[in-house]
This record gives sequence, structure tokens and C-alpha cells, in this order.
Amino acid sequence: MFNEALVELLWEGTVDTIYMTLVSTFFSYVFGMVMAMVLVITRSDGIRPQPVVFRVLDVLVNLTRSFPFLILMIAVIPFTRWVVGTTIGNNATVVPLVIAAAPFVARLIEQSLLEVDKGVIEAAQSMGASTWQILWKVYLPEARPSLINGSAIAATTILGYSAMSGAVGGGGLGKLAIMYGYNRYQTDIMFATVVLLIVIVQVLQSFGDWATRKSDKRNG
Amino acid sequence: MSEQNRTESEPGTAGPIIAIENLGKKFVVGKTEVYALRNISLTIEKGEIFGIIGRSGAGKSTLVRCINMLEPPTEGRVLFEGRDMGALSKAELNIVRRSMGMIFQQFNLLMQRTALDNVCFPLELSGMSRETARKRAMEMLDLVGLSARAKAYPSQLSGGQKQRVAIARALAPSPKALLCDEATSALDPETTDSILALIRQINREMGITAVVITHEMDVIEKICHKVAIISKGVIAETGRVNQVFFHPKSDIARRLVVPEALHPDKMVVDHLYRLIFDGQSSYEPVLANLILACGQPVNVMYASTRDIGGTAFGQMVLQFPDDPAARQKILDYAAENLIYIEEFSRV
Ligand SMILES: Nc1ncnc2c1ncn2[C@@H]1O[C@H](COP(=O)(O)OP(=O)(O)OP(=O)(O)O)[C@@H](O)[C@H]1O
Ligand SMILES: [Mg+2]
Repeated sequence: MFNEALVELLWEGTVDTIYMTLVSTFFSYVFGMVMAMVLVITRSDGIRPQPVVFRVLDVLVNLTRSFPFLILMIAVIPFTRWVVGTTIGNNATVVPLVIAAAPFVARLIEQSLLEVDKGVIEAAQSMGASTWQILWKVYLPEARPSLINGSAIAATTILGYSAMSGAVGGGGLGKLAIMYGYNRYQTDIMFATVVLLIVIVQVLQSFGDWATRKSDKRNG
Repeated sequence: MSEQNRTESEPGTAGPIIAIENLGKKFVVGKTEVYALRNISLTIEKGEIFGIIGRSGAGKSTLVRCINMLEPPTEGRVLFEGRDMGALSKAELNIVRRSMGMIFQQFNLLMQRTALDNVCFPLELSGMSRETARKRAMEMLDLVGLSARAKAYPSQLSGGQKQRVAIARALAPSPKALLCDEATSALDPETTDSILALIRQINREMGITAVVITHEMDVIEKICHKVAIISKGVIAETGRVNQVFFHPKSDIARRLVVPEALHPDKMVVDHLYRLIFDGQSSYEPVLANLILACGQPVNVMYASTRDIGGTAFGQMVLQFPDDPAARQKILDYAAENLIYIEEFSRV
């Protein structure tokens, strides 16, 4: 039953899934990082309080986060077509993935940045650090272990979303599971995709944990 | 007994470096307004160590944070070398802040940087090249006696070592003033002494003005030239440390110069007197001679040696007899023999 064609199919699915996950994680991280930084510095006890900016962004992030992913994916189809020229395949999946994941990633990063000791921020201010210098030289490096940990969480969550996207034209392992497992009752293929997804999640998470530990200088 | 002169040369003759004028700070919490500071005026002269003492919640941290505008005052102003700190633009303020180092109770080191890189941090901020910064940082670590631990991360250092790194970091940009907010409050007594000695050394050798915030009279007595006592957001008393120690004018100052256990709300004893004498002469002759000369019994409630700016003083709290004539006799004897004495029961 596991003939060469099938192995080939699973292999391609795995590569596609990893590709979508990594690309989406990257872009979600970039957008999430910008949003998180704005949230952290504009909050009332931040280094550049801007109540209006904070409220607007805060509500926007919450709104996007409360959209169920499948609905969001369908809702943004016109936008997806405009960005990548198509609504099926890997690249078309990346667009809604990023839109769905960026606010979530923004919250993760925001949490990490807020864990940075306020005293250290204050010390930097007392030394005459500018807002940018505090972001680049204090917030990011001091939050590094937590940020790495968060990015592993982000990647595994996005992996889950990408599998879901198989239901509405996305590629990768999710598509295989739906095509063979759901539409053709080939439970063995479904089983194989599930195992592969679990393995990818495990690898991502273990790597994330390892990198987090390795980068943290707080435990001697 | 006259006020002891300091052995070192008098600092603070070069004019004020920090002038605080009618400063007030109001916090708005929800709908209520809290005045953390009211009408504070202080002049800190170049080269002196200025202590600010008060109980928890008195407003000490708020005051020191107003000096470098970490907390913008709501009233009055702060002049640093004659420049109004509140009138500076953000960029100007950041430059002026480089000439005021600050150290904290919790050290506030960057946990993901080595000791050396922590000291490099303020130098990086001002755009110094990496090599020059490292060289300067190494010198600073050497100054605080920690060059051997340059590569250690803060988590690998003791509290005292962390504070030394923090001091090196504060000194790296060659500041003119050092603001210390409870810099020794998280340290054991021995480490406290070594950090205080370091601050005094920096003050003497580099001429850096220091503002020392504390809740311990010990810290004030050991290193400060002048002191301001702050209570509930206002200055209760200010002056030279030995002046405040010998002639405390405010209740709060009187409470600060003796231990808590002797405070009137803890002790209901009449006719308590406070005696101060040169710490070089031991207690016994002073007391024994007084008793012998006056023929009056006295009860010793407390005795200690205080180190005020490097000079030892003996301090005793005694209970005198009920008979007013007997008490007067003792007071006369003290006056003749230049023993500084004051009634204490009215605190
Ligand atoms: N950000 C703030 N918002 C509201 N109230 C504040 C704020 N910061 C300080 N306060 C209030 O101002 C007063 C003085 O606080 P401050 O921290 O200056 O005291 P402190 O003398 O440093 O005390 P401690 O010895 O405990 O450090 C307190 O009543 C405190 O509750
Ligand atoms: Mg305080």
C-alpha cells in the first residue's frame, strides 16, 4: 500500500507544509514584531505612552484574533488573489496564514517584551538611551530566550493552521489528509500525515526549547 | 562639645551642581490625586555626598527620579549645572543624563550581557567604537575591583559584585554626579560597608558629586556630608550631617539618631537624656566620672559608637533621677566637661 508514488506524495506534502510554516512564521513574526513593539512602547506605562495608538492597535489585534481561521481564509480570498495572483497552492496559503497568525504572534512577542524587568528599562533611560536604543539594545536582547520560545510556539500553531487550510485549497499535508483521508477514506494516508505532523511539531518544539535554554544567560 | 570638623578637605565650595526649586510631584491614581512630593527645595554643591533619608513611602525614590526626569515633576524645577532639566528637548535630556549616573537597589543590570558588556552599554549608546568602549569598560571594572569577572554574567555574580558592575557602568561615561537609590539596601552589612567605601572613594578621587538615598541613618553617618530628611513628601530638616546628628531639630531627625526601641511610643520612661562624646575616650570614664562627680545614679538605656564621616562618637541614652535639682547637677557637670547633652524624652 505504501508504494513509491505515495511516499513521493507524502514527501512533497511534508516539504510544502514546512515551506508554508516557515515562510508564514517569518512574515507573521515581522508584522507581529512591529505591532508588539508599538503596543509595548505606547501602553500607559510604556516608554512612549500614546493611549489612542495603543487602544486602536489593541482592539485591532483582538478583533483579528477572534476570527476563526477557516472563515478568515475565505474572507481574504480577494486579497490573497491580489497579492499572489492565485487562491490555491502554497503561496496562496501563506497570505491568510500571515494575516491570522501575525496578531497572535504580536501578543506572544508583547508578552515576552513585557517580561523584561522595568528596572532595566529605567536604568537604560537614566543613561540617556533613546526609544530606539531601548528597543534594540534592551527589550529585544533581554527578551531573547522568551522570544525564541515564543517563535517555536508560533511556528507550531501556524503549522496547525496550514494543515487546516488544506480544506479550502491550501497545500501540504493538510491537503493530503483531506483528499485521501476524508474524501477517499484512505485512513492509512491520513494516519501517515498525522504522524508526520506530530513529528514536525516535536522537532520544532524541541529545537525551540534547546535554543531557548542555550540563549538564556540568567541561569548561570 | 563643638562639632567635629572633617579631616578631609571641605567639598562643596565650587558652587551648586543640582538645585531643586519648589519641586512638587502629584500622581493621579484613578480619580484621586496623591502628592508624593511638596515644595522641595535643595541645593547640592559640587563634590559633596548629599544624603536623603526617610521612611518607606516618604518620597525618596520619587525625588531622585525627578532629578534626572525619569519622573517629570508637576511643580517647580530642577537645575543641573544651571540648566533647567524640564525645559530640555528629549534629545538634549538624553545627553544631559549621560552626565548623571544612576545606581539602584536591584542593580538593574542587563541579564543577557556579561559584566564587561554591561559597562560598555552606556558607551555604545553614545556611539563610542567597540574597542574604545571595551578598553574604557575594562578600566572601570578594574576600578571597582572586578576585572577578573569581566566575562561573567550577572546571574553568576553576588549582590555586592552586581552593584560594583552597576557602579562601573554608571561611571563609564564620566558622569559629574552619581544618583544612588537605596544602593546598599539589598546587601548585607559588610558588603554595604564596602560599597559605601567605594562611593566615598569615587567621590574623593574623581570629584563626583553623589546623591545617596537611604532609609538607614548608618549610611548617612558613614559617607554623607549633608543630609536632607524627608517625611511624607516634605523636607523636615536639612543640614550638615554632624549638625543634624548633634542638634536634631525635627521629631523625625531625633528619631533617626537613636534606635527604634527608644522611641517614646515604645518606651514610657521620663527624664531621658542623650549624651554625645568623643568616641576615642571609652564609655566607662565618661559615665563613671559623671556619676562620681555628681553622686547621682543614672540608668543606661542605650550606648553605642557611631561612625560619622569617619570619626567615632560615643552616644548614650541615660535615664536621670526624678529630683530636678539632681538632674540640674548632672547637666551642669556635663556643660563644664564639654559633654554634649540634650533632653530626649520629648521626642
Ligand atoms: N507611579 C506612581 N503612581 C502613584 N503613586 C506613586 C507612584 N510612585 C510613587 N507613588 C507614591 O508616592 C509616594 C512616595 O513613593 P516613593 O517610591 O518615592 O517612596 P520611597 O521613599 O522611595 O519609599 P521606599 O523606601 O519604600 O522605596 C508613595 O506614597 C507612593 O505610593
Ligand atoms: Mg524608594
